[in-house]
Amino acid sequence: MLAFLNLSFVQRAFVAGSFIAALCAVLGLFLVLRRMSMIGDGLSHVSFGAIALGLLFGVYPYYAAVPIVILASFMILAITEKAKLFGDAAIGIVSAVGISMGVVLASISGGFNVDLMSYLFGNILTISRMELIISIALSILVFVVVFIFYYDLFSSTFDPEYANTTGISTDLVNRILAVLTSIVVVLSVKMVGVMLVSALLILPAVTSLTLVKGFRSAMIVSVALAVASVVLGITASYFLDLPSGATIVLFNAAFFGLAILEKGLTYKK
Amino acid sequence: MATEETIIKVDNLSAGYGQGEVIKNVAFSILQGDYVGLAGPNGAGKSTLVKVLLGLVPPSTGTISLFGTPISKFKDWGLIGYLPQKTNTFNPLFPASVREVISLGLLSKKSFPKSLDRSDMNLVDEIMARLGITDLAGNTMSELSGGQQQKVFLARALVAKPRLLVLDEPSTALDPQSRASFYDMVKSLNDNERITVIMITHDTGNIGEHALKLMYMDVELVFFGTFDEFCRSDRMNEYFGGYYQHIICHRHR
Repeated sequence: MLAFLNLSFVQRAFVAGSFIAALCAVLGLFLVLRRMSMIGDGLSHVSFGAIALGLLFGVYPYYAAVPIVILASFMILAITEKAKLFGDAAIGIVSAVGISMGVVLASISGGFNVDLMSYLFGNILTISRMELIISIALSILVFVVVFIFYYDLFSSTFDPEYANTTGISTDLVNRILAVLTSIVVVLSVKMVGVMLVSALLILPAVTSLTLVKGFRSAMIVSVALAVASVVLGITASYFLDLPSGATIVLFNAAFFGLAILEKGLTYKK
Repeated sequence: MATEETIIKVDNLSAGYGQGEVIKNVAFSILQGDYVGLAGPNGAGKSTLVKVLLGLVPPSTGTISLFGTPISKFKDWGLIGYLPQKTNTFNPLFPASVREVISLGLLSKKSFPKSLDRSDMNLVDEIMARLGITDLAGNTMSELSGGQQQKVFLARALVAKPRLLVLDEPSTALDPQSRASFYDMVKSLNDNERITVIMITHDTGNIGEHALKLMYMDVELVFFGTFDEFCRSDRMNEYFGGYYQHIICHRHR
């Protein structure tokens, strides 16, 4: 049964999936606590448009998507700050523009082709060696930045006004978080698709927040659950011939359900 | 007697949030060891003044110097401990433990990249012991009462050993007993450690018992001086119609 682990595409899926899921779990915790959970959804829609643009002009989709999605994340921040709109409204605007752009570009290029469809629902089992290398490199970059700015992120998420009084620039931290989220969203699109990226950001984070006390503990549990969901999801999808992205998300959702159940039982005791 | 160091010097200060000025032409100096009660009606600019002093809101005109340095060049934020108004601060869902929350107060002394080590956590443990909250170390903020949360935030403001403590309506969430013990704690920090205190308060009935000076704002600075000066001032008697002056002076004497 374990023979499938020798298959190179399965190995690639496990490695890339684990890196991406761990990243989503870490960043998701910050986003959920900042009440910006849906930014993943908005940016993934933008990445759909950006990937369509890349495919139309024959540019490698990651190369087109990363800068465009970073730009979109800055637009969300600018709309929130300058136009004084609520964050969810800003995400809604940018998200709608992104998906509309994707649909129009797909239509211009002669309709939805197979490549574009594969980004709608993702498939980690088809990840190429090149995509694996890019995923690992970008993941390491994001982890290093989170490590360097850990306390800035922590303090400005807990209490932004107080963080400013300790010499932390919350504006800079917001921009850094926006860039990191953009990179992670683009990477995640390959794994679970445009439709399900936000689940990878939200579910491990909320499950860990339900289960443990302490920010560091929540981060560790969030990462562990996210990686476990990838391992279980890929294995189940291989043997049961299920779509890998959706299966990974369902395992994440199952962990969340169990956490809620556990909390309910603890309350009753 | 040696001249006390000027901690804050403000000249001709005006500030606002785009549409009109919330504070106008304010000038004052605060010396080391002062305990200033900052009072005034709602919308008088008290919180804005504090935010300008903390570098959170830029002034539209005027100059501010903190510990002898112009605010635009001031970097030593560890010298200032800040206790925000409870209602508009922190995310209650945040899972951080009390120990983690207090440690955030030390970030003002750290340069990039900021990190905390064992000796920093010893300082956190020390301040928790001093304020009698060691037993809360592992709790999250949402598990604490209003009074306990206030003590945690006071610990966060004090952990970096500041020389100036800025408190924004610290008694709002406290019951009378917790309020009294909180005031005593701040008073002892001012008396014993010469920590300069600025406290925004609506609790004008009590402020005279603790603070040494009164700053009364109503967009402009209406009064700044000692309580004796305030109580003897005919101008203030005229300004407040005697009633407000009486409330403060009654408790002060």
